[in-house]
Amino acid sequence: MAGERRGAAIDIAGLRKLYLSGPARLVALDHIDLRIAPSEFVCIVGPSGCGKSTLLRILAGLTAPSGGTIKVDAPNWAVENAMVFQESGLFPWMSVEANVGFGLMTRGVGAHEAAARVEAALKLVGLTRFRQHYPHQLSGGMRQRSAIARAFVTDPAMLLMDEPLAALDAQNRIILQAELLRIWEQTRKTVIYVTHSIEEALLLGDRTVVMTAQPGRIKQIIDVPFARPRDPMTLSASPEFGRLKLDIWRVLEDEVTRARHDEEK
Amino acid sequence: MNIEMSSKTRERLLYLISPVAFLVIWQILLMAGIGDRRFVPAPSDIARRFITLAGTGELEWHVGVTLYRVFLGYIIGAVPAVAVGLLMAMFKPVRIMVDPLIAALFPIPKIALMPLLLLAFGFGDASKVALVAIAVFFPVVVNTYVGAANIERIYWDVAKNYGASQTVMFTRIVFFGALPTIFAGLRIALAVSFIVLVASEFVATKSGIGYLIWNSWELLQVDVMFVGIVTIGILGLITSVLFQEIERKAVPWKTE
Repeated sequence: MAGERRGAAIDIAGLRKLYLSGPARLVALDHIDLRIAPSEFVCIVGPSGCGKSTLLRILAGLTAPSGGTIKVDAPNWAVENAMVFQESGLFPWMSVEANVGFGLMTRGVGAHEAAARVEAALKLVGLTRFRQHYPHQLSGGMRQRSAIARAFVTDPAMLLMDEPLAALDAQNRIILQAELLRIWEQTRKTVIYVTHSIEEALLLGDRTVVMTAQPGRIKQIIDVPFARPRDPMTLSASPEFGRLKLDIWRVLEDEVTRARHDEEK
Repeated sequence: MNIEMSSKTRERLLYLISPVAFLVIWQILLMAGIGDRRFVPAPSDIARRFITLAGTGELEWHVGVTLYRVFLGYIIGAVPAVAVGLLMAMFKPVRIMVDPLIAALFPIPKIALMPLLLLAFGFGDASKVALVAIAVFFPVVVNTYVGAANIERIYWDVAKNYGASQTVMFTRIVFFGALPTIFAGLRIALAVSFIVLVASEFVATKSGIGYLIWNSWELLQVDVMFVGIVTIGILGLITSVLFQEIERKAVPWKTE
């Protein structure tokens, strides 16, 4: 699965999204230009309401853009994208196994092959023993693991992740970040990862896209120079990490303040 | 595991306490001479008559006929109700078209349709079955629609993003997402189906528990009348317990 196979290349140009609700015209996204290389891990940070989730939803085909183009180059991939949602979005009426295999069932993958792939994905996230459980019987961390397995099992050319670890406690988040890195390094998919944590963006990504508060535009794109494979705990303790984190915070700070002012108005 | 089992058993015992207590108090009051036993027989009198009637096979026959009508009507009413409810939730035009019809027909007391159904289906089982089906349809269709329409948006999003076709959406997402609410509707429908059926059996038939009750009233056999009433109660209890077991099996993700 790894080897020469590269994830999708994505070219986003002049993307806009307007919401016309009542008299107010809300510009959620404006002038988004972003080129993403195959197998790149791009993180998007920004104040809440900057449209970063909207951007993912557009890429996932769940929301239609108001303007601009998205070109996704993903030859030889059966599945273009799979999204991991903030609140796991596991179907409560399906076992972990059925949830993980959902994207294979919908695409008519044969039962035999599907079972083998689900098995491998469950092993990847360490949930083999919980395959028969229902989501309500799992912890928050295990639910998110299942959701990640459900995305990986479809073998998508790009993974869209919308703050997938935001709802977890700090320890679980660190563990899952490390796991996510390990899985990504094995599969080398293109990842677009939305987060509100600068730290997470630096631990995981190759580049960090900082967005402005409403209307959502790209303010700056910062290269993350840390070598891979990365160990989250060691990396986050290094002085370079701290310096870059501060740099990005400086970029983001104005936007966060501005977003807060807008909310208070 | 043991503890869980015994707590379930205890729950089932608790379930029986109130009807049993009711019967005991009734018996004591009549034995104490409060009330006229010719008009209000004691549970022991009813039980005696119950055994006689059951011994001749007459009671079983009436029960069989009533259950057959309820069961058939229930299925004929509930299955399309679930399908229509799901379609209403999935497709707005369907909802817009069906909504006024439901709003207009739901409040009509279904028993008022009996003469019409007798005209259409004759005096046999078909008219009773049709009445049950119509009465069952409405609570089930409304509950199904409400359940399916209130499925959280994230499940639609996930299904869409993971390539679900309309068929998969219908059978794997909307149906199961609505299932707990569908069961609430089915439960109401179960009670409703007994209510309308017994009422319909009062007229134009020579069989069923409703007939047994009405006929004994005309002959002033009060104890037989009570046997009929009690039998309906027992049937209601048994079907409701069975129903709960089915729900437990069908909705294993329900947490409470």
